[in-house]
Amino acid sequence: MAMAAAEIERLIKESLPDALVTIEDLKGDGDHYAAHVVSAAFAGKTRVQQHQLVYKALQGRMGGELHALALQTSAPEGNEAAFQDKGPT
Amino acid sequence: MSDNPVFAKIKKEIDDNSVVLFMKGTPMMPQCGFSAAVAQALTMLNVKFKGIDVLADQDIRQGIKEFSSWPTIPQLYVKGEFVGGCDIVREMYETGELKKLFDQKGVDYAA
Repeated sequence: MAMAAAEIERLIKESLPDALVTIEDLKGDGDHYAAHVVSAAFAGKTRVQQHQLVYKALQGRMGGELHALALQTSAPEGNEAAFQDKGPT
Repeated sequence: MSDNPVFAKIKKEIDDNSVVLFMKGTPMMPQCGFSAAVAQALTMLNVKFKGIDVLADQDIRQGIKEFSSWPTIPQLYVKGEFVGGCDIVREMYETGELKKLFDQKGVDYAA
């Protein structure tokens, strides 16, 4: 069973509306993907929690119809700076 | 935590062994590339670990996914704590974080 990259992106954006999603079809078979997801929702979360948010967005498809999705997650650049009070720039 | 009976079994494994890898196949004979990659990273770091073959136990295979709120295998536990799946462990191995974690947690290395 396979899933289209656009469908993966749609599901992720449905739960993480600000997400920047980059999906690569690793083998061109619609079954092995790598996704890079950037969302402010990841700020301050551990990597495990970040990935769990993405898995939750995929509503149980991960490990089922979606066989392989290598995940890389991060909070937007500059977001960390927002947490450090450096005064006005 | 739910009262799923397999959870007690999983809990015991991760309490009794400092490093536990839930995987498809065994460390010597992995049955999946993702499981093989994590087992290999642990072997490269010379850390003692217990591999649990989820293919040999369907209850654990389903149970571990719920237990960790994680949909895929492999899953690595260190001192009772869920560290991550293949992507996270691979990334941590490459950055040296994994070795640091093992040192911090004081896990045993193979002789």
